[in-house]
Amino acid sequence: MDNLLKIENGKPIARTDIPNLPLEGFSQTLVDLAENDGFVVQMFAYEDGKDTKLLAVMRQKRDLFVTGCSVNKEFDSLTSANEKFHMFEREIAEQYGIRPLNHPWLKMVRYHANCTGAQDVFGNNYKEEIPGNYPYFQVEGEDIHEVAVGPVHAGIIEPGHFRFQCIGEVVLHLEIQLGYQHRGVEKMLPKVPKKRLPIICETIAGDTTIGHNLCCCQAIEGLAGLEVDEEARVVRTIALELERMANHVGDLGALSGDVAFNPPANYFGRLRGDVLNLSQVLCGSRMGRGLVRPGGVAYVLKDEQRQLLRDKIAEIKPEIEHVCDLLFTANTVLARFEDTGKVPLERAEKLGLVGYAGRASGVGYDARDSFPTECYATLPVNRNTMTNGDVCSRATVRREEIMHSFSLIETLLDRKGDTEAVFMKDYKLSPSSFVVTLNEGWRGEVSHCILTDATGGILRYKVKDPSFHNWTGLAMALRNEEISEFPLCNKSFNLSYCGFDL
Amino acid sequence: MLKVIKNRMEQGCKTSKYPKEPISLYKRFRGLPEIKKNCDPALAKLCAEACPQDAIDPKKKKIDLGRCTFCGQCEMQSGGKFVHFTENFAMGAANRDDLWTDGTLPDLAAHSKKHFKKLFGRSLQLRQVSAAGCNSCEADTNVLNTPFFDLSRFGIDFVASPRHADGVHVTGPISRNMKAALLTTYEAVPGPKVVIASGACSISGGPFWGSEDVVGDLNSLLPVDLYIPGCPPHPLCTLHALLNFFK
Ligand code: SF4
Ligand code: SF4
Repeated sequence: MDNLLKIENGKPIARTDIPNLPLEGFSQTLVDLAENDGFVVQMFAYEDGKDTKLLAVMRQKRDLFVTGCSVNKEFDSLTSANEKFHMFEREIAEQYGIRPLNHPWLKMVRYHANCTGAQDVFGNNYKEEIPGNYPYFQVEGEDIHEVAVGPVHAGIIEPGHFRFQCIGEVVLHLEIQLGYQHRGVEKMLPKVPKKRLPIICETIAGDTTIGHNLCCCQAIEGLAGLEVDEEARVVRTIALELERMANHVGDLGALSGDVAFNPPANYFGRLRGDVLNLSQVLCGSRMGRGLVRPGGVAYVLKDEQRQLLRDKIAEIKPEIEHVCDLLFTANTVLARFEDTGKVPLERAEKLGLVGYAGRASGVGYDARDSFPTECYATLPVNRNTMTNGDVCSRATVRREEIMHSFSLIETLLDRKGDTEAVFMKDYKLSPSSFVVTLNEGWRGEVSHCILTDATGGILRYKVKDPSFHNWTGLAMALRNEEISEFPLCNKSFNLSYCGFDL
Repeated sequence: MLKVIKNRMEQGCKTSKYPKEPISLYKRFRGLPEIKKNCDPALAKLCAEACPQDAIDPKKKKIDLGRCTFCGQCEMQSGGKFVHFTENFAMGAANRDDLWTDGTLPDLAAHSKKHFKKLFGRSLQLRQVSAAGCNSCEADTNVLNTPFFDLSRFGIDFVASPRHADGVHVTGPISRNMKAALLTTYEAVPGPKVVIASGACSISGGPFWGSEDVVGDLNSLLPVDLYIPGCPPHPLCTLHALLNFFK
């Protein structure tokens, strides 16, 4: 397999080692891999001197591969052969003005001009307001009606636009058009002083502060040759698990609210706060801001904090168990959860769904298991059993993962070591290198890539939030559902707008 | 039904007594900074250079709370000798310039507009607009509706329609792609109306300052009445600001 170079999570390689295939070979290799249990982790364009190149990171079981090629203005789309490339090719078209020919669903992703000054693939004039000339999918016929929602929604949530094509109450198709949250993250990261990297990465998706910032710091550690000691890894792992728990607990509450079962909605809402406050004990911030820094952690776990965590966990663990029991044994709740918003395994695999959305459909992938970072190689894995792909399965995976996170944190609190607090410095990155990092954030696989230039400056910084895969899953879950099931389905996925829009 | 009752008993009443009784946050929380005026100027300069937000003026020894993300770098780098963050979450301000702090802030209650208290003191309905917020500001605003904070007991609510609102509460650095929607929402609110900038992003662009894809300063678009610093602001910081400014 000379067409693919096997790499490791977080271990940099020289850029010259990345295979540089002819375009057809590149496409063929990727499609072959995708058809043999391979999934896209990253696929993007970058400028290398005068050349424009494509680079793909793929995973297959427990292996990670990289490959690349040079490209001109266009290439034959891989999406028609395999759906897993669908979003990535649209993104390449938008960011670099490179057209994937015969792409079946070529639409803008975030609505911004490309960085090369090439002619716009979508024919947009960006002086006009979003969404420009966006070709919404339309269903025709006398009884068809269209419901448009957003960008501003009815609650305290991020903006995005949804269009439902309905016949009566039944949704034939849901189109999700995003881009409102675009802040230019990938454009900023290579340009800003390095001291800003963790701050920006912590806020790519604020609910995934630890997930994204871990990816960033591990990439810098790889490129700067920094060692992280065991105790710092313990703290980081605890922080990632607290983030997972807080979000899952909050979402179970929201799901309960969406089926109008108020007691668990309120209890979980408050309990989520208790979990966030544990992050505050850890590092002073409920969102885990300021904790993870290249080389370790900025706040160490002393006996006092260990004890506070232990005590609070002992208090809230049974409470969460009991409220879960209340929620999952209520017939009225189950009647709404079961068989709603189904994504069958075959479809989930085709789309490459990740995280709990994938696992609820039976996709067994968990980056903590397949590509373990921090302490995960030494910790037990959660195997979920309910895999019907419906709201109930997605909720049940979350319930299981909350309990699993509790036990991981308890185990980690008993591992006691020493570490020195670190703060951000101006690290020298190894020149002409490439590194990819993956972590299982609470929503699923988070991944960052850094390519450096000959002087160790950042040539390209690529970010992928799990939502990039999973929004399509939500659209599919809504097919042939009643439109009134949308809030429930949406919450069961709970995807990130800003993580997608970057 | 039995389970509902059992859980109800286990949960008990969790609503905070704040503001009737003081509440304290864990000591690692980073609130209003305490700035050591007589610290070595070289140390202040070092911190200013290391600050990812360029939020420190080393000569005046002041920090811009509208830019600061409370990352803690300056405290750590100076070993607490230049900056130390206190647990004081009372950081709302009525004027942008007041956020340049030497460790003190003007009393918010005394600086709020009299007619606002009269108009909105008993009932304040806000439309929240996330304009490229990272979902932390949004989440920590949302929690004000949970039983612990129970915002509606003060007559303050977040409403679904701008038509029902007395003002907008804006989070995020205002991406280019959200500017029009934000302005439309604002226009849909009947006057007189208030504008609240919540979080470093809406005040100064926050972590995204300098990006050409964001506006980065709500005040350049709409007249801001109340600033709530933080990244994100702690729910108590928001609660304190709302109560002191409007009640
Ligand atoms: S805490 Fe604020 S002032 Fe201090 S370094 Fe961080 S951003 Fe700058
Ligand atoms: S101020 Fe901070 S927490 Fe709030 S939206 Fe901006 S980045 Fe997120």
